[in-house]
Amino acid sequence: MAQPRHVAVLVSDPEADANLPDAEETFAPTPSIKHNREGLFENGNTNINGPAKGKPTMSITYLEAIREAQARALAEDPRVYIYGQDVGEFGGAFKATKNLSREFPGRVIDAPISEDAIIGSAVGAAIEGMRPIIEMQFADFSTIGFNQIVNQAATLHWRTQVPCPITIRLPSGGTSGGGPFHSQSMEALYAHYPGLIVLTPATVEDAYSMLLEAVAIDDPVIFCEHKFLYYHLKADKLPTEAMPVGKARIAREGRDLTIVTYSAMVHEALVVADELASEGILVEVVDLRSVKPLDTDTVMASVARTGRLLCVGEAFPWGGVTAEVIARVASEGFELLDAPPMRLNAKDTPIPYHPNLWAVHRPTARSIAVAARRLVQN
Amino acid sequence: MLLGRILDEKFASLYRGGKIHGGVFIGRGQEALSVAIGSSLRQGDVFAPLIRDLAGRLSFGEPILDAVRNYLGSPKGPMRSRDGNVHRGRPREGLLPMISHLGAMIPVVNGVLMAHRFKGLASTVGATTIGDGATSTGAFHEALNQAAIEKLPLILVVANNQYAYSTPTTRQFACKSILDRAVGYGVAGAETDGTNLSDCLAVIGQAVQNARAGNGPQLIVASLLRLCGHGEHDDAGYIDPELKQSPLGRDCLKLAAQKILDQAWSDQAALDRWQASTVQQVEEAVATVQREAGPDPYQEEWCALACDRLREGFEDV
Repeated sequence: MAQPRHVAVLVSDPEADANLPDAEETFAPTPSIKHNREGLFENGNTNINGPAKGKPTMSITYLEAIREAQARALAEDPRVYIYGQDVGEFGGAFKATKNLSREFPGRVIDAPISEDAIIGSAVGAAIEGMRPIIEMQFADFSTIGFNQIVNQAATLHWRTQVPCPITIRLPSGGTSGGGPFHSQSMEALYAHYPGLIVLTPATVEDAYSMLLEAVAIDDPVIFCEHKFLYYHLKADKLPTEAMPVGKARIAREGRDLTIVTYSAMVHEALVVADELASEGILVEVVDLRSVKPLDTDTVMASVARTGRLLCVGEAFPWGGVTAEVIARVASEGFELLDAPPMRLNAKDTPIPYHPNLWAVHRPTARSIAVAARRLVQN
Repeated sequence: MLLGRILDEKFASLYRGGKIHGGVFIGRGQEALSVAIGSSLRQGDVFAPLIRDLAGRLSFGEPILDAVRNYLGSPKGPMRSRDGNVHRGRPREGLLPMISHLGAMIPVVNGVLMAHRFKGLASTVGATTIGDGATSTGAFHEALNQAAIEKLPLILVVANNQYAYSTPTTRQFACKSILDRAVGYGVAGAETDGTNLSDCLAVIGQAVQNARAGNGPQLIVASLLRLCGHGEHDDAGYIDPELKQSPLGRDCLKLAAQKILDQAWSDQAALDRWQASTVQQVEEAVATVQREAGPDPYQEEWCALACDRLREGFEDV
């Protein structure tokens, strides 16, 4: 297996560097995240951090990491600006741009409710060398800007050799009560189009470092940040080193079964890994981090170790990331498999409003555990 | 105007002879309007033309060879065989390449102008053209409203040529004039006779001056008639014969030539010489490009990304 390269993409701080853990520690599953055996997201249970232990440390949420990454991008690069609905004085619908318009006057701009024009203008600004960060209020609303994303931004470099460095932040995924139009996971749609990079950070550290890298990338990046992780996922500090975009992470090592997943589902899978460990089943969890490009090597190496593959995604079942992973493993690594690969996705319906329905609509630790047990018995 | 007309006719002729892949879309009847836009802009300005803007492109500074190479698919062209015909431009030189989705270029021009503002580039403007049909799109509405909010120096020229492909304006909008919309968006508006070069130059020149002076977006509505099909595949049998006989149906190029003679700015012999030398110029460009080899698919860089390290490793069979 090719070891993931750990490259520093962040400007290093000598003081912080002195305290840096080694790479293994840095990229082990976030130690502050404690998993609830009952499933993270079921029945409105949102406690994924558990009680604080030891001396209190600074704590930063996934959402704060996104805000901090934007603050840093604005501070370090005069080409960066933020444009989106309510991002200015109000600080964004989720407060991901809180206070940024005051700290960076004239560079955090409220947009009209015009997703097409918002993204179209970002392409124009990128042509002129700017690096816009676009906040869609919800991932769901990016469909209004879909044309500009897939036909304008994604094709620009291929047509003209002029890069299109825009970052489009999509507050993605389900939360309790979100319903059909505030819960969608759009990564498969955008990954389908050549010319786009699609990122799905699952940790506070990745939310920070991958957003900074997204801004630095010379191509349009669809940054799928999971709304469920916004407030509940915490880390002690921001990272000073990061894995590069395009590399998957082994979030948990195991030998009996590989679960390939991304975004919020990583945490559901880790709950399952804990649960099955007590039954003597060792689950390896691969966090894709970026769905495009997709790190086939890391997935294949994991399947080579375990012989069994379960792909889990929160998006709708037809096509999509889980289908893509299975297609690659089946076509390039069929002989590695000891059992037919399985996948779990949301149901093939719009996303329901009521928590009882929503809890069953998409995969959870409970349904993933059932699938995982069935797979190891095969 | 003359070069645009003759080059368009050459493209149509090559299309009929089977020498051009895909479609050919010409601007016959719209050259006066188009050239007035291109020639009212200056270095540092940005122009996002539409399908009937060959004359405007050339007057903005597009080399004839760029146009010919794009139509003939030469890899030496600005899009290097990856896109064809009217889909061409040089974004870094202010000429934006249109996508096919109508209205979609307006916010891109807005974004260029926002970037100019960020960079402190004073007094540059951006112009773009659309037809009567594109005024029905959400993109048109969003972008004109956006430009108005940001008070951008945008000149949005609507060429009301009476038909969107085959659909007449009665099936496109119910207001009396598209110009009425300027008030609703809070932008300045002006009308021009799209068949009359002098009028186009005066109205668009003034709009550019207004935008440059910081007076915000300018909506120009030009009335004219498309004197050709939507593309060269289209015989335009749906065009009302009465419209062809009306003032809208006048040929702007003939009117301009007549004015030159009426005003005694030049004589017929000179017009004939211009015609002959322009034909010669076009023939030479086409002959040059026809000798250029087409793209080699096995040498093509099949990567859509600027960051090559992030490309997916799909293997060819």
